[in-house]
Amino acid sequence: MTNGLLELFTIFVLAAFVGYEVISKVPSILHTPLMSGSNAIHGVILVGSMVVMGSAHTGAEETLGFIAVILATLNVVGGFVVTDRMLNMFRSRQPDRPGGGDQAEQTDRGQS
Amino acid sequence: MSRGTAIDLCYLVAAIGFIIALKGLSSPRHARTGNLVAAAGMALAIGATFARTGLGHIGLIVIAMVIGVAIGVPAARLVKMTAMPQMVAAFNGVGGGAAAVVSITEFLGSDPKTLATYKVLEVIFGVLVGSVSLSGSALAFAKLQEMMSTRPITYPAQQVINGIVGLTILGFVLTILVTSSTLLLWILLGLSLVLGVIFVLPIGGADVPVLISLLNSFTGLAVAASGFTLDSNVLVVAGTLVGASGMLLTRMMSVAMGRSLPNILFSAFGSVVTASGSTEGEGGRSVRAGTPEDIGTLLAYSRRVVIVPGYGLAVAQAQHTAKELADTLLAKGVEVFYAIHPVAGRMPGHMNVLLAEANVPYEELKEMDEANPEMPATDVALVVGANDTVNPAARDTPGSPIYGMPIINADEAQHVVFLKRSMRPGFAGIDNALLYDPKTTMLFGDAKDTLQKLVAAVKKA
Repeated sequence: MTNGLLELFTIFVLAAFVGYEVISKVPSILHTPLMSGSNAIHGVILVGSMVVMGSAHTGAEETLGFIAVILATLNVVGGFVVTDRMLNMFRSRQPDRPGGGDQAEQTDRGQS
Repeated sequence: MSRGTAIDLCYLVAAIGFIIALKGLSSPRHARTGNLVAAAGMALAIGATFARTGLGHIGLIVIAMVIGVAIGVPAARLVKMTAMPQMVAAFNGVGGGAAAVVSITEFLGSDPKTLATYKVLEVIFGVLVGSVSLSGSALAFAKLQEMMSTRPITYPAQQVINGIVGLTILGFVLTILVTSSTLLLWILLGLSLVLGVIFVLPIGGADVPVLISLLNSFTGLAVAASGFTLDSNVLVVAGTLVGASGMLLTRMMSVAMGRSLPNILFSAFGSVVTASGSTEGEGGRSVRAGTPEDIGTLLAYSRRVVIVPGYGLAVAQAQHTAKELADTLLAKGVEVFYAIHPVAGRMPGHMNVLLAEANVPYEELKEMDEANPEMPATDVALVVGANDTVNPAARDTPGSPIYGMPIINADEAQHVVFLKRSMRPGFAGIDNALLYDPKTTMLFGDAKDTLQKLVAAVKKA
């Protein structure tokens, strides 16, 4: 086992603990947005796709890299946009703020 | 500071962003900020990658990204809120696919003869898990989009076939480890796609959200595996974060549905019996169908009405009409509230999103635990397009596939009114005895249409 592998493995183990500890007691209404948000985060495979594409030598590697970049980009942008739309819906129903949609949206802007 | 160090520092900042984002997304106050922090971290990581020395084909990379954005942004923006779950499945699937392709491409680019065994193992893991996530998500998408039956699909000798596929894959994994054969790796990719399909086939429609969460976690692990292959810290950190938190989230979701994860994933094999057992009862019992006028009068002269919304309301885009009916009743002095089941709609929290879209005031929404004690003192439970979430079998019939799932006790209200398209069973594919209860009245039709008729009838009453 090389040092590089051990280093990555250390990162892996620590990240697993962080991932497990960082989300605790999520209210059920946030399950869907959290899933969608973490879905966007694993879109970081785009970085890997770019590296693979950027070092491609053969036609096959270029084609596969190209496909990987398209798929990963879809994952990133789709993931973030969908999550944002979901969370946007929640903003107009904060407990202390009854009232209509347009009005609520204006107060949203005022608060943020 | 060298350029490489600067880029690694950017990756570190991005990884911190992802952690903060996950923390934020799990609390109502900071959820939106959390998502934006994650997006900023992602932008930083992508920007830093462009600055890598020796990154070739930048033009092609940009073109591929533009194509991805051109498809992804409109798809994510235009999709109806009701179709959100399948969009999450789709975006998760392509991520898994990307991870598998990255792993296999990196393998093609290196000399298999000199590759260390652990490197090959990393590639195999990325290809296997990424492909399972891709085909599994595709099938989950098809189930949610109702492009295929939402019932668990079982066939003879299913477990035997699954076992054979599993053992074959194991055989291939070991052979590839020894031979580093590219051809066998491609075959493994194909087999993994098959595995994803046969893994998802027996899972019923109502359980698909939990499944998507699990596949989401798988994709995270596949990304982490690609990170090992590419020696990329940020891929390992982000992938592992999603993998671990996704596992926990999957468990929390199944707890919210009152089921254990193995029960969700593997219970379909026994449920065929229950499904056939329930159909025989249907012919013998009678249901009472009412007119909008009858029900409108009943509602108008009630003291307290609870609306129990389900996916049928969402499909009919009837959340606005439901609010109109509630407002009309309120104007008549009737107390109205909504009882929201945690998994109403198709995913936990889905119904809250839809009703928020229709500007239903927060105070009128009651979570299940808050609504149930009020049921006996409620005159009418108006069940709009829901079925499984009010099925007393979940509480009373130990053999039922949904037994143990917490339900809204609509059956404890004085009267129950079902707005339903037909007598068809709900998403879980099981019969609901409450439909045949003497105090139940059915009003058949599209939820939006019947709600409009009810609004008119209440106004006249």
